[in-house]
Amino acid sequence: MSEMLSSLPLLSPFIEFGFMRRALAGCLALSLGATPVGVFLMLRRMSLAGDAMSHAILPGAAVGYLIAGLSLPAMTFGGLVAGLAVAVLAGGVARNTVIKEDASLATFYLLSLSAGVLIISLRGSSVDLLHVLFGSVLALDDAALLLLAGFASLSVVALALGLRLFALEACDPLFLARISRLAPVAHYGFMVLLVLNLVAGFHALGTLMAVGIMILPAAAARLWVCNLGPLLLIAVVIAFGGSLIGLLLSYYANLPAGPAIVLTLGGAYLLSLAIGPLGPLASRWRSNWHFER
Amino acid sequence: MPRPAAVRAPAVVRFDNLTLGYNRHPAVHHLRGEVAAGSLLAVVGPNGAGKSTLLKGIAGELRPLQGRIELHGVHRRQIAYLTQQATLDISFPIIVHDFVAMGLWREMGAFAGLNRARRQRIAQAIDDVGLSGLETRPIGSLSGGQLQRALFARVMLQDAPLVLLDEPYGAIDAASVRDLAALVRQWHTQGRTVIAVLHDLEHVRQEYPETLLLAREVIARGDTAGVLSDTNLEHVRAIVEGRGDDPHAAVCRSDREGA
Repeated sequence: MSEMLSSLPLLSPFIEFGFMRRALAGCLALSLGATPVGVFLMLRRMSLAGDAMSHAILPGAAVGYLIAGLSLPAMTFGGLVAGLAVAVLAGGVARNTVIKEDASLATFYLLSLSAGVLIISLRGSSVDLLHVLFGSVLALDDAALLLLAGFASLSVVALALGLRLFALEACDPLFLARISRLAPVAHYGFMVLLVLNLVAGFHALGTLMAVGIMILPAAAARLWVCNLGPLLLIAVVIAFGGSLIGLLLSYYANLPAGPAIVLTLGGAYLLSLAIGPLGPLASRWRSNWHFER
Repeated sequence: MPRPAAVRAPAVVRFDNLTLGYNRHPAVHHLRGEVAAGSLLAVVGPNGAGKSTLLKGIAGELRPLQGRIELHGVHRRQIAYLTQQATLDISFPIIVHDFVAMGLWREMGAFAGLNRARRQRIAQAIDDVGLSGLETRPIGSLSGGQLQRALFARVMLQDAPLVLLDEPYGAIDAASVRDLAALVRQWHTQGRTVIAVLHDLEHVRQEYPETLLLAREVIARGDTAGVLSDTNLEHVRAIVEGRGDDPHAAVCRSDREGA
């Protein structure tokens, strides 16, 4: 049976090689954990803020690296602390001064990024640090995989519990602030989820591409549906499907896995633009809703 | 269909030498008095008179520079407050039904489910604002008037003792104004306290028993016909012109059109 399965070109790499199975499992965890967070990032118009946050975890990871070398717990812990610090500081400044949220985040992430680069240069540049910047989805060990799965589980549970809250906060934040005292919980809770998933993502895809598996599937799915539930489901399916295809591409075409995955997700987005019912092409053919009634 | 016939506790708003403003620049001066329970009060005045500022203060979103606002029979978070510019993101992927259902948040919180009674109330609210049949439409596909109707439906479900409306008929057609005004009358008969910032004086004369005429301070308040007298309106116009903020500003729309 397994011989028959391993003769299938789409399955054989995953059957023959453990590292491919691990990579696929890691991508499944990221698709379940990070992609729904990406959907909310997009809906809150914070797609670029997600990118900024992913850079903000760099100095923390760098300090972890400086102290303990390429140690998973040290770099994870450092990344979490740095990411959360930037999220809290940026949010606090945006809420209490004339500086708006985007500028506030930009200032802190630039500080954070330059501090990261400075810290890295203290120890002399190392090939290992390519791991931080570009990830190593094909070299996930047990500990890294457990971390990805753990963060993803946490994220799924938190999002499921707070779905209504997060949706309301993204749709009409002032309304939520008026009727409930949970508005800050929604804001900072979401930031914590974002940082958790970015830190998980950077182990697999690196700080530069961790946001890819968040935003690209979200944007692609948005071109297909107009309702939040289906949007989340479709985004997760696109993320996992794209990861699978990306891994196969990298295996057969001998390409680096991280960029292959993110590029495949980008392809899914472009395809959705072309044929998605809410894409620019389909919109031209669709009758206008206003006149239907 | 079950519908709350009257609100449980009538809401009273009391102003105690209230001054509201931004960055230490006052926008409304030394307001005293009280909005009685179950009032249907129109707030009118020229641009910059401090009307929206007053609502913001009542809603607790602006701390008084001086004096205070007391709320009785209503907690700040129970107020239904419809602002001039809707703060919602209309591109958000949510359908009319779910959007209107947000009005039940205080009752349901983050976890409670939509039981049959709640579903009926949502359907009723959507029907009352004339949006039946559009329940599954994304809010982004609604026209301006339809969106305002959806916002009114959400206010209805909030079941608030105190309703604040800031220029609720800004950019909508006459038919929508008529339908929504009927809802406001219904809220009044249910005993809710309603305070609405309005521009159309004819509409105010027809619909609102009480009026507060504001031009950074109270010019007049009380019975609508008395407040909107020629003398008072002339007084306001003189204040506006005298200050030179906007010499061409009409006191309100119908005032300009009627002239």
